[in-house]
Amino acid sequence: MRLGSGTFAACCVVVEVLGVVLFLRGFFPAPVRSFSGTKHQAEPPAPEPSAGSTSNWTKLPPPLFSKVVIMLIDALRDDFVFGSKGVKFMPYTTYLVEKGASHSFVAEAKPPTVTMPRIKALMTGSLPGFIDVVRNLNSPALLEDNVIAQAKAAGKRIIFYGDETWMKLFPKHFVEYDGTTSYFVSDYTEVDENVTRHLDKALKRGDWDVLILHYLGLDHIGHVSGPSSPLIGRKLSEMDSILMKIHTSLLSEERETLLPNLLVLCGDHGMSETGSHGASSMEEVNTPLILISSAFERKPGDVRRPEHVQQTDLAATLAIGLGLPIPKNSVGSLLFPAIEGKPMREQLRFLHLNTVQLAKLLQETVPSYKKEPGFEQFKISERLHGNWIRLYLEENNSEVLFNLGTKVRKQYLDALKTLSLSLSRQVAQYDVYSMVVGTIVVLEVLTLLLLSIPQALSNKAELEVPLLSPVFSLLFYLTFLVLSAIHVIVCTSAESSCYFCSLSWLTAGGVMMLISALLCAVVSALTKVFVDGKLLSKNAAHSNAQWSELDLLILLGTVGHVLSLGASSFIEEEHQTWYFLVSTLCLALCHDIYRNCLLGDDCELQRSLHMEECFGSATPALQDKNAGSAVLELNRGCKGPPSLDALRGFEKWMVLASPWVILICCRLLRSLNQTGVQWAHRPDLGLWLASSDHKTALSVLAALSLVVIFTLVQRRCSLASKVAMALGLLGVYCYRAAIGNVLFPWQQDNKDISKGIIEARFVYVFVLGILFTGTKDLLKSQVIAADFTVKTVGLWEIYSGLVLLAALLSRPHNLPVLVLSLLIQTLMAKFVWKPLRHDAAEITVMHYWFGQAFFYFQGNSNNIATVDISAGFVGLDAYVEIPAMFLTAFATYAEPVLWASHLVSFLSSEASSGSALSHACFCYALIRSFPVSAYIILVTSLRYHLFIWSVFSPKLLYEGMHLLITAAVCVFFTAMDQTNTKS
Amino acid sequence: MKDTDIKRLLYTHLLCIFSIILSIFIPSLFLENFSILETHLTWLCICSVCVTAVNLVLYLVVKPNASSRRSSLSYKVTRFLKCCIYFLMSCFSFHIIFVLYGAPLIELVLETFLFAVTLSTFTTVPCLCLLGPNIKAWLRVFSRNGVTSVWENSLQITTISSFVGTWLGAFPIPLDWERPWQVWPISCTLGATFGYVAGLVISPLWIYWNRKQLTYKNN
Repeated sequence: MRLGSGTFAACCVVVEVLGVVLFLRGFFPAPVRSFSGTKHQAEPPAPEPSAGSTSNWTKLPPPLFSKVVIMLIDALRDDFVFGSKGVKFMPYTTYLVEKGASHSFVAEAKPPTVTMPRIKALMTGSLPGFIDVVRNLNSPALLEDNVIAQAKAAGKRIIFYGDETWMKLFPKHFVEYDGTTSYFVSDYTEVDENVTRHLDKALKRGDWDVLILHYLGLDHIGHVSGPSSPLIGRKLSEMDSILMKIHTSLLSEERETLLPNLLVLCGDHGMSETGSHGASSMEEVNTPLILISSAFERKPGDVRRPEHVQQTDLAATLAIGLGLPIPKNSVGSLLFPAIEGKPMREQLRFLHLNTVQLAKLLQETVPSYKKEPGFEQFKISERLHGNWIRLYLEENNSEVLFNLGTKVRKQYLDALKTLSLSLSRQVAQYDVYSMVVGTIVVLEVLTLLLLSIPQALSNKAELEVPLLSPVFSLLFYLTFLVLSAIHVIVCTSAESSCYFCSLSWLTAGGVMMLISALLCAVVSALTKVFVDGKLLSKNAAHSNAQWSELDLLILLGTVGHVLSLGASSFIEEEHQTWYFLVSTLCLALCHDIYRNCLLGDDCELQRSLHMEECFGSATPALQDKNAGSAVLELNRGCKGPPSLDALRGFEKWMVLASPWVILICCRLLRSLNQTGVQWAHRPDLGLWLASSDHKTALSVLAALSLVVIFTLVQRRCSLASKVAMALGLLGVYCYRAAIGNVLFPWQQDNKDISKGIIEARFVYVFVLGILFTGTKDLLKSQVIAADFTVKTVGLWEIYSGLVLLAALLSRPHNLPVLVLSLLIQTLMAKFVWKPLRHDAAEITVMHYWFGQAFFYFQGNSNNIATVDISAGFVGLDAYVEIPAMFLTAFATYAEPVLWASHLVSFLSSEASSGSALSHACFCYALIRSFPVSAYIILVTSLRYHLFIWSVFSPKLLYEGMHLLITAAVCVFFTAMDQTNTKS
Repeated sequence: MKDTDIKRLLYTHLLCIFSIILSIFIPSLFLENFSILETHLTWLCICSVCVTAVNLVLYLVVKPNASSRRSSLSYKVTRFLKCCIYFLMSCFSFHIIFVLYGAPLIELVLETFLFAVTLSTFTTVPCLCLLGPNIKAWLRVFSRNGVTSVWENSLQITTISSFVGTWLGAFPIPLDWERPWQVWPISCTLGATFGYVAGLVISPLWIYWNRKQLTYKNN
């Protein structure tokens, strides 16, 4: 079957996406462990161990506290309470921590430090997988065993006020609730007032057992203006007064009841120095956890330092405190100080319950659990405990009993610690089989792409894909048989869950057929390469001699970038790699241009000299070929200069200056958004513009940017889309003004802030209109098949529609990024690519590089925290999953997509290049699948690396997403190419 | 002719390497607390002065392009002045390129500038010595198949290897090893120096190795 290289590449990328999806499912296994969940409620609690005589205490111990208030403050960092800020702004809390009846801890949150996984961790005690971040947006109900579900089952009345996420996680669990939405980040007073306004009533009423308050304001302040903002102090004082109110109310109520009450103050995650969160720096991970209750009364002079504990420990403690069974998947250990005041027998009973639960979990997750040190410790302590109970029931000397009890307690605490540690280590379980299958698919596709380079990049841009013959070959059936056998063996013997095995037989069979067909294709391509070896070696020598410095740079840059992905720092600072490569590319172009301009006259002379010298040399056979190539190369070199000479004075100057202009633009953009990790805290222009003091500057800049965008984009549009573009850009400004980012000149003060839904929808109408006009033009060009300009205009209109959408969705201070990318595209197209006549492959790679650099210029990084989720809510009343996800993805990858679509419209506007588009598509597919495949192998080999969750996994998600977008781009390319060949 | 040329080339290059080694060890006799990493700026100054001096002396002694005709004193003076201006311009343009590559604009200006000076001594000074202030000749030497003598060939190799060394020297900066030499611009200056030295070593060897294939259009 003959395929155009563009179609071939698009198919390859689509298959590769399948492979990557399979790999991702294996790499981020859904946490399915112990799914018995809340159904097995009837399971009796572990009875007290005893040696000999049976214990009479088999029921669950009664609750320790009658009422529990959990006050969760989003993004409460540990030094906001325990540090100087706490002393200054939270005097009451500081008093409680230092002198009051309380226990304080520094609870370590595990990455990802994002709200939903943290809530899950607090309530289930388990460690949610990394994939929860991705599900953070549409948080489905929590099915795992958790404290809230247990409390509800036990008939406790729970009231909740605060972040909506809770209501999605625990639907129908609360007798009363009021949710606040978390996505209007610029609002930090109302979200909290919406919580506090219910507080007085609820406290007075007292008909509840658990009250949960989740305050979002602090987090919003952090996102908007960072942890050193003066707003933080005000917010902390507000929180302090709320804490005091709750505490005094609880104390006054306590007199009437027998049991004490418990007040928990905690944070879900911290806040980095830039005010964001998601990663694993100390500031993001350490949160305060304070348990306040009159049961923790202390003698004067009893200094309690905040201990370091895990965030997951809270679930077990709450369960014990409320007299509930500990959630099954909890890996936390009881916070011992909370039960310290109880009699020895109860203490031991609580510790025993916790240890039994952890040991059971260990038994379920680790096949060789008996060898684990924690399990052995558990067995020893259980035996000791039994002995102690016997002594206790025989009523021995209390002194001996106490000493022995202390020993047992110590043993239990050690066992708890070891168990908890080994369990949290067990959480990262990879589904290796699915990963291997995915990797095989991806690698086969890459090999196929690499093997077909010479054919695909030939002038015809067509290649023979042996598809039918392998399907009937013996190799295909043999491979298929072997793979099925392996599948059966693996799936029947596997103990852990496996995604690929859980697929239906038909799907799995399809994937295996795909693998074997690809294998056959690779083998036949390989044989072809060897058969044509002679011809190819000739070609290779030929093409080697033709390589210019630019090609060398492109090759080295690509390989170097892929190699750099092996180091975590280079992933964190990947933007530096791209900025560096793009700058080097500009200098190389500069070198090219200057040589062509200044040495153009010498070209002729050089060629004659060269010929002479070559033919006059001693070894004619060898030199002949070289001479041929040299002449070719010189011809190629000389192709440029005449066109450069033909340029008028102004244009020549522009050609000479454009690399420098581009370099300066890149340098400016670099200082707009600092990303990465090491230098992310440096002040940048973006933050300066985003702060509320510089609103006027931002407004002027935004207006200017929109005007420049219009002038740059409109020149090749049809009249209708010109008008639509102008109105759309006006709408963008109105939208920004409506949500309070920028100001109109006639309105100096902030009036009320709306969501700007009407304005945003107004812009959407124009985006769709422009895209529609573009598509109509394309279809017309396909049908009429005569007018070439119609197609160019159509492509440009699609491009400008995307520009308009990007302008709407990007952060207001990122409009200059859009402007400069358009400017660079114009400069490059007009003054570099056209006069220097680069071939399609080079142009594609340059587009890709610039797209990558601009991806980071936008402020993105390889960290989930930098994804701008607010883009998903532009013009939407409420969260609607599919549009929100599409908008967020587009806002994140806007620049790579814009560069790719510019590539399409640029290449198809160059009438001379017939096969350019399919070459470009092939190159684009190749240059994207190379890093993806390499990265998949790297991640697999580094899966036990320390930074696998914080650095490598987010990057893997980014790579997968980017590949998906590349697949879309390649399909678009191919569609354009098809219309091209038809016309 | 060619073999003697290559021999002379090797000796001059050895002298240049020797000057760099001297610039590392001699100052510690006179200055207290001298080390490359801690008193980096001092070392940069000393190194560039040393290399410039050695280059000038070698140029005057060896006279690689002996064909240059005699000329008046005023011509020599203007030529020298032109060379100085070219050198300064190259320093400034290197500085600008570093900033465009992402070096901080305001902080560490002195460091960046001294780095530019050092890189200029490794690249521009030999060019000025050999080719004089003649942009066309420079462009000819640095484009493919443009060299006309052993000297120019070695100049091409050393200059390119200094640039490549500088370029590679920027790589360790983002790594989180927290070593003192990862700070801007130390790793780059060290890279440039290593590149220069490597170029000095490689170029005579390479030319000697390929002496059969190499043909220069003027000899």
